[in-house]
Amino acid sequence: MKQSWNGPLHQLDDYRWEIPKSYLTGMRVPGLIYASSKLLEKIKEDQAPEQVANVAFLPGIVGRSLAMPDIHWGYGFAIGGVAATSLEEGVISPGGVGFDINCGVRLVRTNLTLPEVKPKIELLVNELFRAIPSGVGSKGRIKVSYNEMKEVLKKGSRWAIENGFGQEEDASFTEEEGCMKDANPDLVSEHALERGKPQLGTLGSGNHFLEIQVIDEIYDTEIAKKLGLEKDQITLMIHSGSRGLGHQVCTDYLVTMQKAVNKYGIQLPDRQLACAPIDSPEGKNYYAAMCCAANYAWANRQCIMHWTREVFAKVFQSTPQQLDLKLIYDVAHNIAKIEEFNWEGRKVKLCVHRKGATRAFSPFHLDIPKEYKEIGQPVLIPGDMGRFSYCLVGTNRAMEETFGSTCHGAGRIKSRTSAKKEVGGRDIQKELRDKGIIVKAESRGTLVEEMSEAYKDVSEVVEVMHQSGISKKVVRMRPLGVIKG
Amino acid sequence: MKNFEIIEHTADIGIIAYGKTKEEVLINSARGMFYIITEEEESFKIESSYPVELIAETLEDLLVSWLSELLYLFETKLVILSKFEIREFSDYHLKGKVYGEKINQDSQRIKREVKAVTYHYLEFKKDEVSELWKARVIFDI
Repeated sequence: MKQSWNGPLHQLDDYRWEIPKSYLTGMRVPGLIYASSKLLEKIKEDQAPEQVANVAFLPGIVGRSLAMPDIHWGYGFAIGGVAATSLEEGVISPGGVGFDINCGVRLVRTNLTLPEVKPKIELLVNELFRAIPSGVGSKGRIKVSYNEMKEVLKKGSRWAIENGFGQEEDASFTEEEGCMKDANPDLVSEHALERGKPQLGTLGSGNHFLEIQVIDEIYDTEIAKKLGLEKDQITLMIHSGSRGLGHQVCTDYLVTMQKAVNKYGIQLPDRQLACAPIDSPEGKNYYAAMCCAANYAWANRQCIMHWTREVFAKVFQSTPQQLDLKLIYDVAHNIAKIEEFNWEGRKVKLCVHRKGATRAFSPFHLDIPKEYKEIGQPVLIPGDMGRFSYCLVGTNRAMEETFGSTCHGAGRIKSRTSAKKEVGGRDIQKELRDKGIIVKAESRGTLVEEMSEAYKDVSEVVEVMHQSGISKKVVRMRPLGVIKG
Repeated sequence: MKNFEIIEHTADIGIIAYGKTKEEVLINSARGMFYIITEEEESFKIESSYPVELIAETLEDLLVSWLSELLYLFETKLVILSKFEIREFSDYHLKGKVYGEKINQDSQRIKREVKAVTYHYLEFKKDEVSELWKARVIFDI
């Protein structure tokens, strides 16, 4: 099925490539891909650029249909896509968010250093693996009733904190303070509640992970200091989403949107782009249900972080406070948000779809924690399990150009089946161990499908965002221990 | 005639399911989906059953709803479905019963999580040459 893309691209500078509006009849705006020449070659190996052009068909799309350098072929939207739509004439599309609503990442600091953690890494990995349920169909340690589930969907991180899973200040270091206020649980189906209820507090499978990392490179000492990060310090990264609840919310509303497309006479090149006017009952209901799934994901990551803190306290015979296990930040990378921007000389509210893209707000933006006012919003970019992850910060340029958005990760280049074929009898777990990375996964299949070679090099991706001025590199982390589903 | 074949997609996996009738394509697409999840075929017990009834706007939508419903049963009942009966059928309506084997949550038999069924590249049509019905579905993994 893999087919290379040969459409027109105009090079604007070293890192910006435009797909002209004239490429396909029906495109309302041009497309714009952020990439180096090297990454662009990989991007053109499949139909991801076509999907960037397809997104430009969405009614009410503003500016350009954007693609980050980690872009790869998805369904409907490419993964790594950003589209902002006008609240008056624009649409909202569940395909622009994806099935794993509010899949995202959080970063936790510690006051531990490499020499303290290295001898205990195996123990930590085993203890974390035991404490945090992972894998397909895994059930969480939290038992909630249907009524309680509705509270989770309304309150997000706040629900977890009120129920003893975390500290008061955690919410303020989470995007949206871990709660989308427009959530309405009455618009979430029984099927979705049923799928989500037993899975609260589970990591999931595939590319989701929990990592023990060490900071091995500092790019901006001053900003790193403000974030409480320094060389050789241990950090923890959690990557998970809204589990079956989010998958079902998207599934349910795609059915609604297929009908809406006919009802409102919307012309689209791909059914997975199905959408409805933001202001329509279909659009409003999806947004309210999506907010519920986003809140569930924040509660989920909050619970996982709580158990991670407990494990560290136990292994080091200490307390989370003494180990200074503070949340640096939590970002969503599959979400639609109503946000305000200065656009063409006036203040406008837009619906920003980030499908495999991260919010990257600039310094002094009102929606970032006051502690980070001067440095900008921390942006967390996980790489594959064998290489690096990054912490960056948002910039003014991102506000002007990308609706405050940046990349979200490495981006897949090999399909799961071809990864599997290539790997043959290789022992991925042992190979990583030889590199000093202890990995524990529910299944060998996950390790093979998630091997480094299946992904682009995250460093190349991050470099594009840094060089193009969209975000600024702060620190790089190297994995020491990894839990996978 | 093959029941189904697996197709590749960078981040995800799809299937093409075949059948002499539309019902057979629906059944074979379900088999294909559970093959992606377990990488096994026809080695599961028939020990529990679940009724399924669905309505949809088109045949293609019915296929997505059918597979989504089976995915929901798999995840909430922790059951690997391997026998599918369609008792009443039109392009817009389906009534049947599905059967499978209950598994525990840490079962090593599950190899991969299928998050959802997509509309991307969705197709359900009759091949004029072979006269076989054929459907293509991409899953979000």
